[in-house]
Amino acid sequence: MRRGALIRGGAGMVAAVGFMLAVGAWRSGDLPWQQQVTETVGTRGADLESMSWQLTSHEGERVSPQSWIGQTSLVFFGFTWCPDVCPMTLLNISDWLEELGPDADGLAVHLVSVDPERDTPEVLADYLSNFDPRISGLTGSPDEVARAADDFNATYRRVPRDDGDYTVDHTAGVMVFDPDGRLSSIIDLHDDPKFAVPKIRRAMEREV
Amino acid sequence: MLKSTAAALVLATILPASAFAECVEVTQGNITVSAAWSRATIGTERPAVFYVTIRNDGGSDERLVGIETPVADMPMLHESVMENGAARMSHVDQIVIAPIDAVSLEPGGYHGMLMDLQTELVEGTTFPVTLLFEKSGPVTIDTAVLPLRAREAACEEAL
Repeated sequence: MRRGALIRGGAGMVAAVGFMLAVGAWRSGDLPWQQQVTETVGTRGADLESMSWQLTSHEGERVSPQSWIGQTSLVFFGFTWCPDVCPMTLLNISDWLEELGPDADGLAVHLVSVDPERDTPEVLADYLSNFDPRISGLTGSPDEVARAADDFNATYRRVPRDDGDYTVDHTAGVMVFDPDGRLSSIIDLHDDPKFAVPKIRRAMEREV
Repeated sequence: MLKSTAAALVLATILPASAFAECVEVTQGNITVSAAWSRATIGTERPAVFYVTIRNDGGSDERLVGIETPVADMPMLHESVMENGAARMSHVDQIVIAPIDAVSLEPGGYHGMLMDLQTELVEGTTFPVTLLFEKSGPVTIDTAVLPLRAREAACEEAL
């Protein structure tokens, strides 16, 4: 659908209609990942209090889920070798933070690396210095990362490439936890940007 | 009132043109390639990306079957795919551009993956990428290296 959209003029109309259809599908919950999201809410990955992972931040500090209670937290999985989807997610989050303005001060944003082998705390710090400074990175041993992904009900899979290198498939949504530590919503990569900030605000309104 | 509305309209049409430089555009036969850009890299270990817009003014399908560039030894065509909330990158053999249509390689969809990077991509520089088309043959375009934070070409497409 996005394919034909770039011819100016006539095709712009086609693109606009396609966009509206996409929004329609989103609103009606027909898209496959929305059904996945619905299953997630209320089951595993729904409550920080019940999680037991421990990770290391890009600043070298040990972090546990309980340390996030009391503030709204955005969490997403990714890795710094990811050339397309992860920069896009980081840029989206930067836009949301900008739109929230001073309200974003009470917000914590965390990228959990699904590539602990390459993403050491130092590598994360170097990479994240290119994005909004409020975004922190988390990594750990492969076992620690696996535990965290399991707690968040996120999936990732290392995919070897022909040249001996590898890439990682991973859950791409941004999870929003309210200050009580409960999963409030998930913002999908292809979610209409205008729904993202209201989702974050809804979580922030849940005072402890 | 009418006057200020008219002035605003004029401004609205002028501003986008002056805010962006015009994209480099290369035409060969029925194919026009434009808005080629990439993101700056940290060192050479990570793969870089390549985004571009391809227009086909011909009467039949054209196919992009590969890319080549001196900055990477293993450039490939990829697509980011979302499945059950998970992002996956898959290799694509070809990208079809329908007659009188355009296809964009853009964030979150089709993109060039520049693996085995030979040189760090520095913001503000350009590098050549050759697109290999089934019918139109190779088309080379200068690709702008934008900041790591860029999400689209920094030029206005004259499509």
